[in-house]
Amino acid sequence: MGLIAPKAEALAARLGALTAPKGLDAARARALDRVQAMGLPHRRDEYWRYTDPASLVAPTAIRAEVFDPQDEAAAFDGIDRLTVTFVDGVFAPDLSDDLTLSGVEISRLGAAPDWAETAYGALESLGQSPVARPLAALNTAFATDGLLIRVTGQAARPINLVYAHKSETSDAILHHTIQVDEGCELTLLESGAGAARFNQVLEVELAPRARFHHIRAQGRDHQRRNVTHVFARLGAEALFKSFTLTANGLLTRNEAVITFAGDNARAHIAGAAMGDGAFHHDDTVFITHGAVACESRQVFKKVLKHGAVGVFQGKILVKNGAQKTDGYQISQSLLLDEDSQFLCKPELEIYADDVKCSHGSTSGAIDDTALYYLRSRGVPKRRAQSLLILAFLAEAIQEIADEAIAADIGARLEAWLDRHED
Amino acid sequence: MAELDVREGVDRETIETVAGMGAYKYGWSTEIEMDYAPKGLNEDIVRLISSKNEEPEWLLDWRLAAYRRWVSLEEPHWAMLDYPTIDYQDQYYYATPKSMAVKPKSLDEVDPKLLATYKKLGIPLKEQALLAGVEAPEGERRVAVDAVFDSVSVGTTFKAELAKAGVIFCSISEAVREHPELVRKYLGSVVPPSDNFFATLNSAVFSDGSFVYIPPGTRCPMELSTYFRINAENTGQFERTLIVCDRGAYVSYLEGCTAPKRDTHQLHAAVVEIVILEDAEVKYSTVQNWYPGDENGVGGIYNFVTKRADCREARAKVMWTQVETGSAITWKYPSCILRGDDSQGEFYSIAIANNAQQADTGTKMVHLGKRTKSRIVSKGISAGRAQNTYRGLVSMHPKAADSRNYTQCDSLLIGDKCGAHTVPYIEVKNTTSRVEHEATTSKVDEDQLFYCRSRGMDEEEAVALVVNGFCREVLQALPMEFAMEAQNLVAISLEGSVG
Repeated sequence: MGLIAPKAEALAARLGALTAPKGLDAARARALDRVQAMGLPHRRDEYWRYTDPASLVAPTAIRAEVFDPQDEAAAFDGIDRLTVTFVDGVFAPDLSDDLTLSGVEISRLGAAPDWAETAYGALESLGQSPVARPLAALNTAFATDGLLIRVTGQAARPINLVYAHKSETSDAILHHTIQVDEGCELTLLESGAGAARFNQVLEVELAPRARFHHIRAQGRDHQRRNVTHVFARLGAEALFKSFTLTANGLLTRNEAVITFAGDNARAHIAGAAMGDGAFHHDDTVFITHGAVACESRQVFKKVLKHGAVGVFQGKILVKNGAQKTDGYQISQSLLLDEDSQFLCKPELEIYADDVKCSHGSTSGAIDDTALYYLRSRGVPKRRAQSLLILAFLAEAIQEIADEAIAADIGARLEAWLDRHED
Repeated sequence: MAELDVREGVDRETIETVAGMGAYKYGWSTEIEMDYAPKGLNEDIVRLISSKNEEPEWLLDWRLAAYRRWVSLEEPHWAMLDYPTIDYQDQYYYATPKSMAVKPKSLDEVDPKLLATYKKLGIPLKEQALLAGVEAPEGERRVAVDAVFDSVSVGTTFKAELAKAGVIFCSISEAVREHPELVRKYLGSVVPPSDNFFATLNSAVFSDGSFVYIPPGTRCPMELSTYFRINAENTGQFERTLIVCDRGAYVSYLEGCTAPKRDTHQLHAAVVEIVILEDAEVKYSTVQNWYPGDENGVGGIYNFVTKRADCREARAKVMWTQVETGSAITWKYPSCILRGDDSQGEFYSIAIANNAQQADTGTKMVHLGKRTKSRIVSKGISAGRAQNTYRGLVSMHPKAADSRNYTQCDSLLIGDKCGAHTVPYIEVKNTTSRVEHEATTSKVDEDQLFYCRSRGMDEEEAVALVVNGFCREVLQALPMEFAMEAQNLVAISLEGSVG
């Protein structure tokens, strides 16, 4: 079926501004076919009900001022890690370590190894059903750079992908594909705003008993626009853990598409988002239980003030036969003043009977009684508020397994709250 | 049945019902001569319905405007429902028993066959008998009934007594003739003809339904009830109910529905509008038991209903309670517009889908006024190959300061071939409001079943008991007689779901 005229025009305009780089040609061609069949997202699409994708699909990026973090240290500064830097979506060798790490093979999209020819775009393609994610397919077709990572042992150190934003009009598309072999383990850290407009896809294939930890600190640039997709597929007894910290940003849409393909696997995905003023943050999660006795956990917390908007769309799909599923989902927001909004659509779709699935969602202001209690113990009002906000976010931060990384994230949260006390 | 007595704490009624369970109880039809409008839908049919009801010009224009709009609309398909395309031209839009051609002046003139139909359904239309205490035991609450048979209202009981209290309770076609000013003022003011595909269709072709007006400061002296019966084959029922509860008034309204067993699908697209003014309260309870089709999904009613209550002024209150056990397809979202400050909306629902049934049902709570409160308790039960979806919206508008919502939706799965889904939308646009939402999905608890079985119940009895426990919060919200009926229905609807 052809696209309706406005969608076809928007797509033609966007594609006109792009050229596909060399390499991975077959996978890119298939992705382009997908985009052409789906068209680009529109506000009227049910999946974009709460977030207007207009600025994400426009032919060019809208200017975004480069943010000066002043004296704040770079994220994960104290962690022993391998750093790979992309400046406005372009690999920066002088700002990166050598791409060698014990237990891991790292290459770039331009020099793809054989396994990547089939792996690149494979999970993105599977993630297009039952809900279309055209921006991810567009990414697969036109990503200018990215890493292909094969984990064949215990990674010696975490890999830190640093996304620097230097040009006010940059428009970056990055795509990473990761394969973690049976019983192997990797920690991936991501930090930075990436570009004025940044479209990023991360595909993670976990073989049986593989373990993957993902901790992300999205850049503090106020005017940036980010759309990210994480596609993960878990083999038996695999573990997937992902945490995202978002402070500031004009528009952020973080999608996660997680599929259980083997029994007894676990996936935990969490996010803490804080926005003050012009801030629209959208977490969209789709978890498919297609195997027996898997556990999924979603914990999303948002602190919103001065007109900030928080969105959560989370779905747990339990397929027929996926017995003993344990699915948990909580999305909460703290609205600190009159203008902020929280829009939420937590969904369950269940076709198996021996399952335990629940979701909860709450929205409200800081508890006056708790505030009063702290103040009666001599804690100044602002400090008391910060303490309560940190307590509210704690459940999400607890999802980070590594203590040093959790402490780094915690310190960033606290610093943000100090800067935004009013 | 004597040994049943010894089991302590078990509701005997439930067990007897389970024991004596048959299939769908109301699946017979009445042989009666009918007058049909020609099959299909066009402007002439709309005019015909309007003229049969002796309607004024403005209402005909209103219908025609709705019809012209409907032609341009597409049927919505966002619900988790899977059904073959409905041919809207392959339906009768108007069917009435021949004997109703000359409108009977009182129930005594009504065709005895029709009265017998309702008697068989257990709906007393003979108020004299009731008044004499023949059919109703001492102290039992009396209920005034408006009985709708296919496209027309057969009769309304207790009219004189209600009139003494100033309450108007009649069919909507009669209200159009007798109280045009009220109908004209409120009809379409809650669900406008442009609201949605099915509401627009209903606005064009609604044939009958009930009208209720409770004057200021009046507590309606008895419960009001409408009983809908689809009898004729290939006939859609499109009733329209309008309830206006004036300042400080109160009414409890019950709705029941059944249809004969047929192997073709029948369309039912109703609209219920409720207007509630300052300090008034309306309780609306439904036991929906349309024919659900057989275990293979052959036949059954397609039920597309738009129900909405508008708490138009301060401290207005509405409570929806629904027990949805019938219909092959249910598409129904009774909603509350909480416009007045301090107004309240409540929604209690049990939706049971067995065999090939599909239900997509829930509510909308739209908080517009300050300090408005809402509460949603939904219990969905799926068995067989059925799909059951809760779909709801809680919206806190910027001006709805200090409002509250609490939502709980629980799903129970019986068997591994059915599905239970939850699709809530939560939109909070101010800080002082609090919204809480919880949902769980589980199967019938093995320990509870084991306990019941160890006490000598068979599996079906045990499941019925556990399910009734699961639904308790909602059953308790129903008026007493309805609660009993609903409890029995829960057991019957799950028949054949075990083993």
